[in-house]
Amino acid sequence: MLSFIIVVMLLISVAAGCLNGSWEDISASAVSACTDAVELGVFLGGSMALWCGLMRVAERSGLTAKLSAALSPVVRLLFGRLDDDSRKAVSLNLTANLLGLGNAATPTGIAAVKALGKGPRPKRNTALLTVLNTASIQLIPVTIAALRAENGSAAPFEILPAVLVTSLSAAAVGCVTAAILFSGVDKDARN
Amino acid sequence: MRVTDMIVPLLIMFILLCGLARRVDLAEEFSAGAKEGLQTAFGLIPMLVLLMTAVGMFTSSGAAEMLAALLSPVTEWLGFPKECLDLALIRPISGSGALAAVSRLFSRVHPDSFAGRTASVLMASTETTFYTIAVYFAAQRKKPDSRIFIAAAAADLTGFILSSLTVRLLIQG
Repeated sequence: MLSFIIVVMLLISVAAGCLNGSWEDISASAVSACTDAVELGVFLGGSMALWCGLMRVAERSGLTAKLSAALSPVVRLLFGRLDDDSRKAVSLNLTANLLGLGNAATPTGIAAVKALGKGPRPKRNTALLTVLNTASIQLIPVTIAALRAENGSAAPFEILPAVLVTSLSAAAVGCVTAAILFSGVDKDARN
Repeated sequence: MRVTDMIVPLLIMFILLCGLARRVDLAEEFSAGAKEGLQTAFGLIPMLVLLMTAVGMFTSSGAAEMLAALLSPVTEWLGFPKECLDLALIRPISGSGALAAVSRLFSRVHPDSFAGRTASVLMASTETTFYTIAVYFAAQRKKPDSRIFIAAAAADLTGFILSSLTVRLLIQG
């Protein structure tokens, strides 16, 4: 999928170069972009190291577990009655998303999806969890704030309220759409 | 002084104080976590080199402008900045590609401009939708139900439209 997109982007660039003669710009950015990429990776390393380190401390001190316990009413509202294990798995996954753990959230999501697949209304509930994960509700968008600071933003975190409203609304729209589309899908299995 | 500027320092202090209260070995555990974070970031670099080259060539070729001009009736109606269009197109497909697009965008427009803020909100409040769906359904050894794409696309579209709207209403004032 990704290889396909890269090739399409290159094809379009070359086609545009033929059309508007921007060859000079294209070759200049091809040469400079590779250095930019390494700089970006090294730069992101700083903020990711800080955040992952803090999250590890939060996990060891039991903070993460407390937060996921606090989320369990929300889980009940979205997914209905669940057994203990599934509820814990889902809460942990939502917590990981809220804290912006990114890659570290993926294993928790896989565990949650597997647990939900064995419970009541499996198709609806796994769909709902997937949509929640694609909407990415984040309390602290670390990566983008670091990028903003690097590029001279006066207030890297000023976007917080807008991010919260946008991601919550997107998640709500996704959940409602999924709940409607998947309503009744699991009926045959239950009867 | 803004409330949003206080959140991060307070949160860092709170997490570390809780760790101290629970007798967590702060130095040991923090560096173990930080090491993982560094490895993740450095592991991204090889992929970023290829992607940023492709995104860089794409944006400097003027192709993005042509595409944006093509879609401009829709984006103008939505009040969506045309600079963010290539980011919006790549965001659902590739996380590192989106990272490359944002980084590229910030080198051309200021992060505190309208387009810069919209790109920030868009980046933070949406995910690599297709990748997430693929991973979660592969974990269950099932083919993704087509309805899941409709629901996820509805969520993404809401995110795109609201990113410029919330910047205008909540930040620009």
